[in-house]
Amino acid sequence: MTLSVRRIWGLNMDLFLQRVFDAITNGSTYALIAVAMVLIFKATTLINFAQGEQAILGAFAVLQLWYWGIPMWGAVILGMLFSAALAAGLERVFIRKFDPADHLPLVIITLGLFLVINAVAAIVWRFDPQSFPELFPSGNAFTYNNVRLSWYSIFAFGSCVLVLIVFQTLLTRTKTGLAFRAVSSNLESSRLSGIKVGPTLQFGWALAAAAGTLGASIYAANPVLQIEPSMMLRALIFSVTAAALGGLDSLWGALIGGLTIGFVQSVVVQYIPFIPNEMSLSAAVVVLLIVLTLRPSGVLGTKAVERV
Amino acid sequence: MAPLLLVESLKARYGPVQVLHGIDLNVFDKEIVVVLGANGAGKTTTLRSISGMVETDGRIEINGQSIKKLDPSEIVRRGVAHVPQGRGTFPELTVEENLKVGAFIRSDNDINIDIEACYQNYPVLYERRTQTAGSLSGGEQQMLAVSRALMSRPQLLLMDEPSLGLAPQIVEDLFTRFVTINEEHGTTMLIVEQNAQLALDIANRAYVLESGEITIEGQASELANDDAIRQAYLGA
Repeated sequence: MTLSVRRIWGLNMDLFLQRVFDAITNGSTYALIAVAMVLIFKATTLINFAQGEQAILGAFAVLQLWYWGIPMWGAVILGMLFSAALAAGLERVFIRKFDPADHLPLVIITLGLFLVINAVAAIVWRFDPQSFPELFPSGNAFTYNNVRLSWYSIFAFGSCVLVLIVFQTLLTRTKTGLAFRAVSSNLESSRLSGIKVGPTLQFGWALAAAAGTLGASIYAANPVLQIEPSMMLRALIFSVTAAALGGLDSLWGALIGGLTIGFVQSVVVQYIPFIPNEMSLSAAVVVLLIVLTLRPSGVLGTKAVERV
Repeated sequence: MAPLLLVESLKARYGPVQVLHGIDLNVFDKEIVVVLGANGAGKTTTLRSISGMVETDGRIEINGQSIKKLDPSEIVRRGVAHVPQGRGTFPELTVEENLKVGAFIRSDNDINIDIEACYQNYPVLYERRTQTAGSLSGGEQQMLAVSRALMSRPQLLLMDEPSLGLAPQIVEDLFTRFVTINEEHGTTMLIVEQNAQLALDIANRAYVLESGEITIEGQASELANDDAIRQAYLGA
């Protein structure tokens, strides 16, 4: 079993580049869902398993609004607002009444939400794949021999970076962002400083859902994909892996994690012949395992330091 | 004169365990009052009751207004700041951000002036202003925790064992600074402590809490000379 390196340096350089571009495209969308999970994890150290389904519901809302004649980007913004409001409601009704320190009930609730939202999307929009309108200019930004870099890839990556910059600014430059980080850091002292913890976390849920909906919309707008209620299942696993890989509490770690997973899926698996294509999901998790063995807090994650 | 803080027949329980059996205490404006007691006497619970972190029976009033049943975030807005035991800081945030969180309830333009004042009180915080709070030493963290609480411009500052785990020299500096803050800003303080010696030195009045009940109260100077207190808390 040898790596077929020659194929990389040989004739198929074009194919190699093409796959790298695919990696960036997929990685960016995983990163957007991963960012949403990181945001909630930062504040509550909870992984929201319903994040992907909330996102796909948001994307369906976008599609519905577009059917009703709203221009595509207007529909995306309204869809993001819709899923933010929905997430704020879910947080208020299902999450807030539980002890934030006791994770098991909360994880089960997010799993329950995952199933319910998936079912609702299936009832309303059916499991038949539907095509999702394009969000970005079609065609290629750049063509060289057989290598094509589509506008879609560029915009998917750009959107991801833009969202990260916006979040970063929100968290470090605004009072609400400061309150959010304070709650992540020390719940009790936050309350004693006058921060209303419930609404602050609710804001995090809303923000995360908006990012998720943008991610799912971009994912579904990929010209080679169609939207259907279970489309986020695979993406969710990739995104959780990406979030963990980058360090569950790091926004930029989510991007690094997303790109790494995209790279494993589109490049590594393609060039290592003994990994069957069907195993690309597991390959991502194996990479996670290796990274976490070397760096338990992920690539950019904060090491838990407690002074007693 | 009505007290700034009035506590009357305060009872508190954690599940089936009754921790406070009806305690009475009050703190007058600009006073430093200390509550002494051993581990498990209910000192921390007393402070947590006042700042709304535990459910209670009885009366708790600030300036004659009941603050019972209010959320902790609302009680801060009534002028009560609380430095909890041990880690009162935000370890992942920088020193300066910690101070800004302390001023969360304020929207006036003097926040930066107050941050400067904190740096003057504790110059080491200025040196460390861009470091995360988690990287500070225990003594520096306690200075930061106190400064964080002062940033809300409280009338009443509650402090839960500020001397815990700190070297004697550092504790002495810390307590001397409490007196300065009390004199310069007129901040009223209610401190619970096991370190009776220093606490009685800086306090005006003191209470002794034993198994959830107040057993002794009086002027700090009198208690410092009381034989029972000396035996129980001063190791004499």
